[in-house]
Amino acid sequence: MFLGFSCLAMGWIWGLAFAPEDAIQGNSYRIIFLHVPASIMAQLIYFFMSICALMHLVWRVKLAAYLIKSAAPVGVLITFIALFSGSIWGIPTWGTWWQWDARITSTLILFIMYLGIITLHSSFSNAEKADRLMSILVVVGVVNIPIIKKSVDWWSTLHQPASISISDGASIDPSMLYPLTISIFGMALTMIALGILVSKLYILTREKNKKWVQSHV
Amino acid sequence: MLRNRKKRLQKFFIIILLSALGTSLVLFSLNSKLDLFYSPSEMLAAEIKPGYRIKLGGMVEIGSIQREGTTIFFVVTDFEAKVPVSFEGVAPDLFKENSGVVALGYYSDGLFVAEQIFAKHDENYMPPELARQEPK
Repeated sequence: MFLGFSCLAMGWIWGLAFAPEDAIQGNSYRIIFLHVPASIMAQLIYFFMSICALMHLVWRVKLAAYLIKSAAPVGVLITFIALFSGSIWGIPTWGTWWQWDARITSTLILFIMYLGIITLHSSFSNAEKADRLMSILVVVGVVNIPIIKKSVDWWSTLHQPASISISDGASIDPSMLYPLTISIFGMALTMIALGILVSKLYILTREKNKKWVQSHV
Repeated sequence: MLRNRKKRLQKFFIIILLSALGTSLVLFSLNSKLDLFYSPSEMLAAEIKPGYRIKLGGMVEIGSIQREGTTIFFVVTDFEAKVPVSFEGVAPDLFKENSGVVALGYYSDGLFVAEQIFAKHDENYMPPELARQEPK
């Protein structure tokens, strides 16, 4: 947790205060240090949830379902941050805060998926049945992840294509890339810490009638 | 027990496969309708009815921006076809020559009348000192 926060703080202070401003956008590009890590995490958390869904559906790992249920609200939060920060950036750069382009719409669908997963789970009184169905919904929704990733290449969008890619390297100057990388790393650690915190509480709530919990209380 | 797992694993992949198949069918049938805008050559080929509101996107041609009062005239190009555009109002900060633009409006008699314009940003980020050195 501490490591995550300090990495995030370092990335942001470096990015916000020391990295040079962008040639075209000036200072408004600095929201990248929040927007990009948040967007990456929004997708990675869903990917993590789908791996958990695999474990729950095939090997009946109970903990995997608990982790999905705990990760979903974190996903809601971070996807909201990604959409919101994108909108804030869109106003000065694009001249609009919302357009129904493929990237923005598919991210909105991801946001709704997260909400749907939580709602589906809480609409069952039988928790085990809820776990199972939630996992299936997570698996169905995972097709959206590659769509989000490739949306800027497959269709013409207002959103720009990826600045960092494994095959072509980065089209972003190193002086901005280093703080960005640290921010992404810090955001990942922060999300893991937050996820552990939420799932700790959730596991205890779910298992509150079990012996091992009661022996601790 | 082991057979059960195998069955479930199969079910898991069938779910993925089916949802991927369903989604891709939808996406393929929508295909270019998911594009946010027409490029100039697409728009000219599609013969849009005059007065029908569409979005046109492309690059602002170098040296084509002219201002008359509050009206801006410029040419949008995809390096194959060109469409002249007029726009009255305040353009976004990033609206400039040789840079991406998306215009919402209608096409009539060889002129695209934009009601709104949005600037597109490319994927390149660099500090101003470097940008000045870079040959354009």
